[in-house]
Amino acid sequence: MSHALNRRQALAVGAGACAAGLGFAAGPALAVNDYAEEIIKFTGGNKPVGARVKLDLPELAENGNTVSMAVKVDGAMTAESHLEEILVLAPNNPNARVVRFRFSPMSVPEAATRIRLAESQNVIAVAKMSDGTCFFTAREIKVTIGGCGG
Amino acid sequence: MAEIKPRIRLDKKDVKKGDTVEVKTLVSHDMETGLRHDADGKLVPRLIINKFTCELNGKLVFECDPESAVSANPYFQFKFKPEESGTLKFTWIDDAGTTTEATETIKVS
Repeated sequence: MSHALNRRQALAVGAGACAAGLGFAAGPALAVNDYAEEIIKFTGGNKPVGARVKLDLPELAENGNTVSMAVKVDGAMTAESHLEEILVLAPNNPNARVVRFRFSPMSVPEAATRIRLAESQNVIAVAKMSDGTCFFTAREIKVTIGGCGG
Repeated sequence: MAEIKPRIRLDKKDVKKGDTVEVKTLVSHDMETGLRHDADGKLVPRLIINKFTCELNGKLVFECDPESAVSANPYFQFKFKPEESGTLKFTWIDDAGTTTEATETIKVS
């Protein structure tokens, strides 16, 4: 658990530092892609807050080719602040971006799909509200057999 | 490419205003990542579905941009509260521009 917490803090601090123009590479050395940049591109530089987003993944995936993933945003949706988009990122996949969901005023703030994961990693979900605030969460998943390329 | 046949399931099609409808969709597609090599060691070019949309009477309900990290035969599940009766139009577009469409009717009372 402490590991996940450290990751989250590192992410929040790193993304904030980049957004502030400090220019050092965010995130732990483990990541193989440019997921931190993708977060900044997505949030427009707003620092995402580690709250409200729930990412549902199995703890262990035997086959990284199809991993069920569900994501939702808690809290009341108002006219001023409702969910617009969710971006899911996999820092240890060949490409950072996994999927991007776009919601409408008719939507219920949740969605699910099946994803590919190359190896064990912390999957990140970032949500963008209509007023520009951003939320995120990260979730660790262990993958026995990777599901990219092959 | 073989014809892509979408499967769509709505948990209810006759709803009261304010009710939530759950939509599950599945479409057959290889979702070739562009990272895989064939038997001759050549890279297989990327061919994935890069856009999925759902509209109710032309109004956007839900949209999704899948990347290569979405599994083959992509499955999407979402929920919404329909405001009016009408036609739900589902569209999948892949890298080659192949468009697959399906419709469902929904009644709101």
